[in-house]
Amino acid sequence: MTIRLRAPRRPAAVATAGVLALSLAACGGTTKDSSSRSGKGASGGTASADPNAPLKKGLKLAFLPKQVNNPYETIVDEAGIAAAKEFGGEAKEVGPSDASASSQVSYINTLIQQRHDAILIAANDENAVCGPLKQARSKNIKIVAYDSDTNPQCRDLFINQASSEEIGRSEAKLLAEQIGQEGEIAILSATANATNQNTWIKFMKDELAKPEYSKIKLVKVAYGDDDDQKSFQQTQGLLQAYPNLKGIISPTTVGIAAAARYISASKYKGKVVLTGLGTPDQMRKFVKDGTVKQFELWDPKNLGYLASYAAAALSSGQISGAPGEKFKAGKLGERTIGANGEVILGPPTVFDVKNIDQYHF
Amino acid sequence: MSRLGGRLRWETAVTALLVAVFAGGAGFSPDFANGDNLSFALDDLSEIALIALPMTLLVVCGQVDLSVASILGLCSALTGRLWDAGLAIEMIIPLVLLVGVGCGLVNGLLVTRLGLPSLAVTIGTMTLYRGLAYVTLGTGAISEFPVAYTDLATSSVPGTPIPYPIALFAVLAVVTAIVLHATGVGRSLFAIGAQEDAAYFAGIRVKRAKLALFVVSGLVAGFAGVVYTLRYGSARADNGLGLELTVIAAVLLGGIDFDGGRGTLGGVIAAVLLIGLLRNLLMLNDVSTEVQSIVTGLLLIVSVLTPRLIAVAREARGRRRGARTAAPAVVP
Repeated sequence: MTIRLRAPRRPAAVATAGVLALSLAACGGTTKDSSSRSGKGASGGTASADPNAPLKKGLKLAFLPKQVNNPYETIVDEAGIAAAKEFGGEAKEVGPSDASASSQVSYINTLIQQRHDAILIAANDENAVCGPLKQARSKNIKIVAYDSDTNPQCRDLFINQASSEEIGRSEAKLLAEQIGQEGEIAILSATANATNQNTWIKFMKDELAKPEYSKIKLVKVAYGDDDDQKSFQQTQGLLQAYPNLKGIISPTTVGIAAAARYISASKYKGKVVLTGLGTPDQMRKFVKDGTVKQFELWDPKNLGYLASYAAAALSSGQISGAPGEKFKAGKLGERTIGANGEVILGPPTVFDVKNIDQYHF
Repeated sequence: MSRLGGRLRWETAVTALLVAVFAGGAGFSPDFANGDNLSFALDDLSEIALIALPMTLLVVCGQVDLSVASILGLCSALTGRLWDAGLAIEMIIPLVLLVGVGCGLVNGLLVTRLGLPSLAVTIGTMTLYRGLAYVTLGTGAISEFPVAYTDLATSSVPGTPIPYPIALFAVLAVVTAIVLHATGVGRSLFAIGAQEDAAYFAGIRVKRAKLALFVVSGLVAGFAGVVYTLRYGSARADNGLGLELTVIAAVLLGGIDFDGGRGTLGGVIAAVLLIGLLRNLLMLNDVSTEVQSIVTGLLLIVSVLTPRLIAVAREARGRRRGARTAAPAVVP
C-alpha cells in the first residue's frame, strides 16, 4: 500500500469555499430594512363570493395538527372529520409526531400533491409553514388555520377558539380569585413559539397589570414544550425554585395535566393553585381529588366542527375570506368573518367539581 | 467495500432498493413521480444531504461528529440575530460560516490535541452549541428574510425538479467522491480508519487529517444552517434538532463501516435519497408517523446487521471447510 503525503481534503475545502464565495459575491447588501416587505394582509381570497352557493359534495379536507397523538387536537380533528361527513365531504388527519417548526412543512407539500380542496392547520411556527401554504393557495387549495394561527398572509381564515383577549384575561382572573389576589405566580406554557399561548400570556400580563392585582407577582414563564415529561419536570423546577409560589397558570392541556400530576402527589397539593386550559377527561380526577378547583376550555369539538364548515364554505365559493362575509356552520348557526380573517367560536367554559361530569372529551 | 455474499456490494443493494422504491412509488401512487413532488422531496433533504458528505469522510476515518445539528441550530440562530440587528445578508453568511468553522475547529482540537474520542467530544459540544444557540436567540423566532434568498433555497434549477441546494450538493458530492476515491488524500483517510497506528507509521499526518475533517464538517453544518433558515424562512435555536441522527443513519445505511476504513460515497448518496424518497412515499400514502419511524429504524438495523451476519456466516463456513480438509490428516 502506498500512501501519499498531502494535506487532507484541501481540494474539497477550497472548492466548497469557492462555491460559497461565488454565491456571496453575486449581490450587493441586502438588509432587513432594504428588503421589500409585503405588509399588506392578503387574507382575502381573489374570487368573488356567492353567499347562496351550495356546499359542494365530495370535498377533500385534511387536518394538519401541531402533532398527532396530542389528545386535544385529536378531539378537534375527529369532530371536524365527522362534520365533513354531514356535508358529504371526506376529511382526514395527518401530521408529524413532534411539534417542531419545520416538521409540518413536508406534510403540507404532501397534501398539495394529493390535491386536497382545503388544508386545516394548527401552526407550530407562524412563518415556517408560510412558503408551502402560499404554494397551496396558488393551486386554489383553501387554507384554514385553527387553534394556532399562521401569518395572516398565508391562510384564508383563522378559526379562533375564543377571543385571545378573553382567554388570557379570564385565566388570570380565575387564578387571582383563588389565591386571594396576592402572591407569586408562574406560567407553564407550551413551546416558546406557540402563537396562541404567547398571545394569551400577553393578555394575562396585561390583566395582571391592573391595580387590583398589584400584589400578584409573575415570577417566571416556563416552557414544557407540550411534552408531558418536560412539563412535569418544569413544574417540579418551578416549585423548588420559588418556594413562595402561590399559583400556576398552564394555558396548554398537556402542561396542566402534567402539572396536576406532579402537584397531586407532592406536598404542594392544596397549597399551590393550578388553573389554565385542560380537557375534562384529563382533569377529572385532579378536580375530584382537590388538586385543581377550576380550569377552563372552549369545546374543542365545536372548534373542529366550525373549522370544517368554514373550509367547505371557502371551497364552495360561499365566502372568500373577506371580513363581514357570513356563512352557516351547521348546528352552530351563522358565523361572521371578523377583522383579519378571523372567525370566533365563542366564550370559554369554566369547569369545576359541580359541572365536570357533564362533559366528556 | 463490504460485500454481500459473493459479488454483490452493499451499496449496489442500497441502490437497487432505491430504484425499487422509486419504481414501486411511481406505480403505486400517481402523485409520487411528478416533478413537483420530487422537487419537494429533494428539497426536504437539503441539509441532511449536505452534512452527509463530510460525515462520510469522518466515519471513513473512524470518527463521528454528533454536533452537526447543533452547529446548524447555532448558525441559524445567529443568522436570525444578525439579520434582526440590521446586517446585510451578504455580510451575515460569511460571518456565520466562520462560526461554523470555529465550532468544527473546537471539535477537532479537542479530538486531536487532547486525544479524546470524537463520540464523547461531540456529544459534549452538541449540547454546548445548542445551548449557545439559545443564548443567541432565546426561544423566539426571526423571520422575513429577503425573498431573493429564500427563493434560492426553495426553487428549482429552471427546467428540472432539482432545487438549488441539491444542485449544490451534487457538485460538492462529485468533488468529495473524487477526493475520497481517486486521490491519495482519500486513500489516507481509509488507511486512518482501518488502522490508525499503521497509518501513522506509514507517514500519514493523522491528526492534521482529522482536524481538517472536523473543520470542514463545521463549515458545511454552518452552511446547512443558513440553507435551513432561508428554506423555512424562520431562524430558531431549535432548528434541525435531531438531524444528526438522520445523517448518521444515512451514512451507515450507505454501507460505511462505523469502525471506519470501509465504504463508498456512492452508497451514502443512494442511502440519503432512499431515506428521503421512502419518507415521502410513506407520507403520500398516509402512513402514520409512528410507522414511518419504525420503517426507517428497521432499515438501519438491517443495514448494520446484514454485513455482520454475512461475515459471521462466511467465517463459520470457512471453519467447517477448514475442518473437513484437515480431517484426513488427523485420521491415519
